[in-house]
Amino acid sequence: MDNSCISIRQVDKQFETRSQTIQALSNINLEVCPNEFITFVGASGCGKSTLLRILAGLETHSSGDILLHDQPIDGPGVDRAMVFQHYSLYPWMTVMQNIKFCRQLKVISDTVYSQSDVEAAGGRADALLNLMGLQASTESYPSQLSGGMQQRVAIARALMPRPDILLMDEPFGALDAQTREVMHDLIRHVHQLEKSTILFVTHDVEEAIYLGSRIVLMAPRPGRVDSIFDVPLPDRRHQDMKLEPEFIELKRKVLARIRETSGVQTDLDQLSRLTQGA
Amino acid sequence: MNAKVPYDPVKAPPRALRRKSTWWVVRGTLPQRTSMILTIIGLCTPFLIWWLYTAAGLANPLFTPGPGQVIERIWGWWNDEGLLTDIGISTYRVMAAFSISAVIALPLGLYIGTFRPVQSMLEPLIDFIRYMPAVAFIPLVMLWVGIAESSKILIIFIGTFFQMVLMVAEDVRRVPMTQIETAQTMGANRSELIRLVILPSARPAILDTLRITVGWAWTYLVVAELVAANSGLGYAILRAQRYMHTDKIFAGILLIGLIGLLTDQAFRWAGRRAFHWQKR
Repeated sequence: MDNSCISIRQVDKQFETRSQTIQALSNINLEVCPNEFITFVGASGCGKSTLLRILAGLETHSSGDILLHDQPIDGPGVDRAMVFQHYSLYPWMTVMQNIKFCRQLKVISDTVYSQSDVEAAGGRADALLNLMGLQASTESYPSQLSGGMQQRVAIARALMPRPDILLMDEPFGALDAQTREVMHDLIRHVHQLEKSTILFVTHDVEEAIYLGSRIVLMAPRPGRVDSIFDVPLPDRRHQDMKLEPEFIELKRKVLARIRETSGVQTDLDQLSRLTQGA
Repeated sequence: MNAKVPYDPVKAPPRALRRKSTWWVVRGTLPQRTSMILTIIGLCTPFLIWWLYTAAGLANPLFTPGPGQVIERIWGWWNDEGLLTDIGISTYRVMAAFSISAVIALPLGLYIGTFRPVQSMLEPLIDFIRYMPAVAFIPLVMLWVGIAESSKILIIFIGTFFQMVLMVAEDVRRVPMTQIETAQTMGANRSELIRLVILPSARPAILDTLRITVGWAWTYLVVAELVAANSGLGYAILRAQRYMHTDKIFAGILLIGLIGLLTDQAFRWAGRRAFHWQKR
């Protein structure tokens, strides 16, 4: 796998609690190609967020290898940006200051050699503001923005240092359905424009199909990769595609598989007997 | 159905349209004017009751002086007994002890709240000391540092410092993990995390902690001035007791309360100015 940008090989992760050891991830294998958009779905407790946090360097895996461009990961890095579900913006900074936050960090400022680098960074911040439709809110504080606008700022801030990989942990989970649709088209657009590899965790199957080029379905107890689906949609997506038969067929398959692997079933007969009071 | 009046929307507007009182809405809001009036009423009522009680001659003036008597006493204290010096020396003691506490408690609290080993080592210890009554340290303090100015400062320090450290540590711990992790994924190193994320994020909470602890510093003043002082508001109160000058006791207590209220408001004002980005 020479051209893959992320190689996950036989990765295990155990959590130690006081009384027992929990197998959060078991034998995860995955190759991700550059510029891929991979979405992770699965029943709760399948370890999809844990895998993402391990890739971000925020947690460590117990065994196995994770290679980025053939280099093992060692803690968080500028090459991997992460967007969280919420509460990640710095409330004391304006939108512009939030987006430019990384410029204060040594890893970034060490790469600045000349005035033109500084100007290029300013230009990039402006370009990201435009891309995210935030021009009117440059001087606003996060508390003055809606949830959707806040996530736009968080995405722009994550893109600022030009990461190879964008890790997104249910970034639209707290948004309403309409805002979420707008954000879906926006993030697809960003993906085409920035050519970054995106790994996206969600519990919304429709979101996973609409955004992803591949869907990784994970199953719980122990957390593992259950199956991988290719999304039969072109790169340019449109909301109407959600109504096309192949979209619906894939959604049916994925949902059914999640239901099978979740280990939680509703016994409808039992329920109806209870409500009839028989 | 006996004589039940049918619902007539003209005679009885819907519930929502009726001018319903908003006073007892859970977590409701009030117009600023109303809120101000209520504050004034709240502050004045006890004074009014006090005045009525003493003016009606219900109280023995030897034990409970009236407001007029107390104001007269404050005036006399200001003119002949050096009230300003007393306020000055007391403020100095409180502020010196409070500043020394803050200078040590801020970095220490930051370390306890940020690094687990520091927390494990120091937090239980500080918790333990915190429960020791500061007043009980007076004999020790007198033996160790004598009756100089530093002894009063030390007692106020003992009373405030340990509480302050723990509260600052808690403020620092309350910084959302996502804010820290976001900076980590952008490549921030440890000192940058503290300097650029944890400290700025915890600032409003820390200012609040300082506001609360400066109040505690004032409450320890009287205790501190038990230690062979010969000036200060607390000392004046204690001496007034010896001579049965109840009006001066009242005056001293009211003055300490007033200074405390002013300090509190100053902290709040500074917080609003400095952290205008906060949602309110």
